Amino acid sequence: MTTLSQTDSLSQGQRWLRALTETLTGMDMAETGRQLLLPAIGIVLFLGFWHLAAPQVQTSLGAFPGPTDVWEQSGQLWQEHSNQRDRAAQFVTMQEERNERILAENPDAEVKIRSYPGAPTFIDQIFTSLGTVLAGFVLATIIAVPLGIVIGLNRHFSAAVNPLIQIFKPVSPLAWLPLVTMVVSATYVSDDPMFEKSFLTSMITVTLCSLWPTLINTSVGVSAVNPDLLNVSKVLQLSFWTHVRKVVLPSSVPMIFTGLRVSLGIAWMVLIAAEMLAQSPGLGKFVWDEFQNGSSESLSRIMVAVLAIGFIGFLLDRIMLLIQKKVAWNE
Amino acid sequence: MSKSHLELTNVQMAFDTKEGPFVALENVDLKIRKGEFVSLIGHSGCGKSTVLNIVAGLLQATRGGCVLDGHEVNTPGPERAVVFQNHSLMPWLTVYENVELAVQQVFRKTMSKSERRDWILHNLKLVNMDHALDKRPGEISGGMAQRVGIARALAMKPSVLLMDEPFGALDALTRAHLQDSLMEIQQDLNSTVIMITHDVDEAVLLSDRIVMMTNGPAATIGEELHIELPRPRNRVTLADHPEYVRYRQAVLSFLYEKQRFPGKGEKGKDKPAVEAEAPQQDDDTSVPESDDAESPVRRIA
Repeated sequence: MTTLSQTDSLSQGQRWLRALTETLTGMDMAETGRQLLLPAIGIVLFLGFWHLAAPQVQTSLGAFPGPTDVWEQSGQLWQEHSNQRDRAAQFVTMQEERNERILAENPDAEVKIRSYPGAPTFIDQIFTSLGTVLAGFVLATIIAVPLGIVIGLNRHFSAAVNPLIQIFKPVSPLAWLPLVTMVVSATYVSDDPMFEKSFLTSMITVTLCSLWPTLINTSVGVSAVNPDLLNVSKVLQLSFWTHVRKVVLPSSVPMIFTGLRVSLGIAWMVLIAAEMLAQSPGLGKFVWDEFQNGSSESLSRIMVAVLAIGFIGFLLDRIMLLIQKKVAWNE
Repeated sequence: MSKSHLELTNVQMAFDTKEGPFVALENVDLKIRKGEFVSLIGHSGCGKSTVLNIVAGLLQATRGGCVLDGHEVNTPGPERAVVFQNHSLMPWLTVYENVELAVQQVFRKTMSKSERRDWILHNLKLVNMDHALDKRPGEISGGMAQRVGIARALAMKPSVLLMDEPFGALDALTRAHLQDSLMEIQQDLNSTVIMITHDVDEAVLLSDRIVMMTNGPAATIGEELHIELPRPRNRVTLADHPEYVRYRQAVLSFLYEKQRFPGKGEKGKDKPAVEAEAPQQDDDTSVPESDDAESPVRRIA
């Protein structure tokens, strides 16, 4: 009797859990399982292959890191990060205590708190990179969307700038970088700079390389507005701005977002290269420093960075997709 | 007949093509009374849509012109509202917002906010679409969307309502429903309507006058037929009405005997006698849709 009631309550619990997952995910558990199974198999097979193949590849820094080495190093990097944080916190408390002492002796004394001078950790570099890529991407969007609208609306203007777009679009970030560096150092002269020069250099390089897909997609979206809707706009005698706001822009939002997603992907890819070459703080610099460091752990640490870069790129795309679903009418 | 409300005089329309100018319309003269319902009928490519687009102001006649209430028509405007073949609602706006866009634009200065709201709802009620205010065009059927398109046009209080095959893309039942609603609305508002159609029955049922166009190039008005059937008209009782049958016969004979396409194989197979028996099917097959040939505006714009 006891066992019976136990199984009863168990199945009750299972049913409840099932209902919960169904309401949470909106799909059947079996369906979820099937959808997760194949990707899981793919990942496991890849890890297995990697594990077996990595030791076969010998380099001057030892064997190529396998999944276990990389896992270890990611733990290590996290540990270093939390240690660094603790030290930084200590450093600040130390200064605060000292300042209090000074102020107690002499209330008019000038005191300040220096920021912790330790090297940025892997996690810090990730956030630096994210900041740079978002700044570059936002700047690219601010330039590309309005310009794309103008190009899409005006056939003559489009014909005039099209060759320029076609020529600049395929240029690699590495080609832009030296030029951008020189121009930034020549023009951005300030005693109290708001931004680091290296930040500006990578950001502008990101902008230059990532604005093209948004620009092209926006102009195509704008020029491809359904002619019947354009006629409606003409019959209603909408003013230019109302026409752009109420007809052109909403109609091209799906195309613009497709462009933005491609742009963000490119921006992220370009950023790593730019950071490596420009020695501006970020994941690219982390990879480069590890490469120069050349310890036996370097390759594993670089591999951690590679995976992190991949994950973040994927997450950025997902976030854009979510925004697109919120904004676009056809989703 | 009172003074004409809308007048097309000696209209010629030529398009530039690679092989030189293509004359689509030549010497089109048309006078329309206030409150008159005029159908334009003719084979594909005969320039019906071009005539409509000239009246709408979306195309400029290369010679001659269009005068509405004493003013020359040069640009599009809401007093000549157009109902397009495929509803042309903004897909990102709801039913209400689509009508609102038009009302906002036309009555921004003359109506208060609440008056505008009432007016939008009134027009949607007129076409029986007040139950789907918050639906997007993608969420309603083609017939419903076309109703909203008509409501949007009516909401502009146009002096002429221009309809470019408004029911062409709909199934027969929906089409019949919408034709009936259109007849009622037109009767109530006494609005002037120019409608393009391929459907002979539709033309006879709805119109005060059917304007039949000759085949292009250089198409012009071939014949005009005044339909003097009493209103309100009922499609069921009219079906056997001898006058109704006579009018239909006249249009069919114009289309398939006098204005048959020369040198086209599939047209040659059509026998007028067969068409008289089953005009509905033959209308659909022998007067096919052809946007490319008919409506250069769509391509140009």
